[in-house]
Amino acid sequence: APSLGAAPAQLRLQRHHLRAVRQHRPPAPPRRPEPRGSGPAVPSPPARGRSPSKARGPRRAAPHSRRDSTASLRTTGEEGDAGTVDKHSVEVTNCFSVPHNESEDEVAVDMEFAKNMYELHKKVSPSEIILGWYATGHDITEHSVLIHEYYSREAHNPIHLTVDTSLQNSRMSIKAYVSAPMGVPGKTMGVMFTPLTVKYVYYDTERIGVDLIMKTCFSPNRVIGLSSDLQQVGSASARIQDTLTMVLQYAEDVLSGKVAADNTVGRFLMDLINQVPKISPEDFETMLNSNINDLLMVTYLANLTQSQIALNEKLLSL
Amino acid sequence: EGCKDSENSCIVDNRVVLKIIKHYQEEGQGNEVVQGVLLGLVVDDRLEITNCFPFPQHTEDDADFDEVQYQMEMMRSLRHVNIDHLHVGWYQSTYYGSFVTRALLDSQFSYQHAIEESVVLIYDPIKTAQGSLSLKAYRLTPKLMEVCKEKDFSPEALKKANIAYENMFEEVPIVIKNSYLINVMLWELEKKSAVADRHELLSLASSNHLGKSLQLLMDRVDEMSQDIVKYNTYLRNVSKQQQQKHQYQQRRQQENIQRQSRGEPPLPEEDINKLFKPPQPPPRMESLLIAGQINTYCQNIKEFNAQNLGKLFMAQALQDYNN
Repeated sequence: APSLGAAPAQLRLQRHHLRAVRQHRPPAPPRRPEPRGSGPAVPSPPARGRSPSKARGPRRAAPHSRRDSTASLRTTGEEGDAGTVDKHSVEVTNCFSVPHNESEDEVAVDMEFAKNMYELHKKVSPSEIILGWYATGHDITEHSVLIHEYYSREAHNPIHLTVDTSLQNSRMSIKAYVSAPMGVPGKTMGVMFTPLTVKYVYYDTERIGVDLIMKTCFSPNRVIGLSSDLQQVGSASARIQDTLTMVLQYAEDVLSGKVAADNTVGRFLMDLINQVPKISPEDFETMLNSNINDLLMVTYLANLTQSQIALNEKLLSL
Repeated sequence: EGCKDSENSCIVDNRVVLKIIKHYQEEGQGNEVVQGVLLGLVVDDRLEITNCFPFPQHTEDDADFDEVQYQMEMMRSLRHVNIDHLHVGWYQSTYYGSFVTRALLDSQFSYQHAIEESVVLIYDPIKTAQGSLSLKAYRLTPKLMEVCKEKDFSPEALKKANIAYENMFEEVPIVIKNSYLINVMLWELEKKSAVADRHELLSLASSNHLGKSLQLLMDRVDEMSQDIVKYNTYLRNVSKQQQQKHQYQQRRQQENIQRQSRGEPPLPEEDINKLFKPPQPPPRMESLLIAGQINTYCQNIKEFNAQNLGKLFMAQALQDYNN
């Protein structure tokens, strides 16, 4: 198991230390936005993180809404050949933040740090490559052009992701861009950022985790505990009940003419109904009883084992 | 479903949950265990876990991989960008609930020795895939810490410390807390990603899981019975030795009486203990661990069964309704 490194002293911090330490953190790791765009996925160097001085980030929509943190995106890169749209997608699976310094006219990125972090990350997931960088803030400025240029050195077509933590327009918009040169060749050249479509994909266990985390949205102090066995079954069945009520409501509305009938929905409903297996009552009874018997037997055995080891414990201490 | 922040809970950031899930998904298919380090703070006597990073698996071709160096570098880099970097525990994935091992005990002891509130987070990916996140935090009880410190695992010491398998680990309830910003993002995600609900939790198929759990339970019970046999032989040896000692002493006394009656000096007293070396008592820690593991398996099985029974009865009620 991972062993303890240097002595972790001073864990207990005072309140005011805490405020200083709990800076703005980049939001939860991106849930794999999948931009469908022009360039194939390529590694690009990490982007910059926020500078230590701009520590108090826009956690509660602070006034300075400029980019405060940037980092690199790494993905399981898929290099498709140009042509089919399908292959032109990139999956971002991880990110880390990199410190940077920004002033009015110049921009400094700690590339050394970035390389180090990337090496460390590679030790755990060797298949991930650097894809681009992210920044918080809602707009693209000249600085981002410069940073993007840094990344073009190492990556072929780096992706730039912006996460608007300043909540402009009361939305946290998450956008992705690739850069494309524009202008008159030979004379004035510039860089244009073309937007990409962002999609979110989950795999099973991840989705279950996200579902649980989403429940904190409904609780007053934003906390959620982990519930146990029957409670979970209860809430899952409540969810199905809700969806069924919705479907029934829709069917009734269509029948009474309130809503126009839609063929695709109708087909889905047909599929749904046909999926319910037709079993004769006797067969169902036998299946149910045998399952219940199995479960009861296993519960009995588990209880028996537990009492056995309890007995053993008591005998030992005699 | 709000929840009260109880006194003894530990707050886990959502980022940790997702990272652990991801780590297992990418690196840990199969029986292998994935591990990583937890970072966070202690606030008002309550542990807050705010970040984590995974540990690469041990491969033979990376013999010169320096664990400590990797950890130090990671923590230094995180500190550089103002992320909490203080070590507060570690996490591990588990296979069907089997995590009560000597290795875990040793690691957790060394962690808790340095930091009192450290926990080990056990993530059960198979249970999670069945529909509900299974993440538990454990800490060694103070009694067990005492015993481990002494490193004395003989039966007498354990009896004195009064440790049963039930009070080896204490579970710390976990609470997940989000910042407002994260909540905003979650609402955004909900709008944007129309992921269909999969309702794995309501699936009625249980025999596969039950079969595997029972298999593991049987293996453990076998180990336990072997251990008990060993202990019984030890006890029998001890009592046999006592008898032998007694007999020897009696013979000695009789001889001495005879010699006295004949006027010869009595035989010198010999140290009995040197003649009869007491047999080694078997260390009891293994059996405690096995008992603890069996207990965990049984708990998990019972919980799983309770859920499935509920589901089966629901299915029955629906079927009755239809007929």
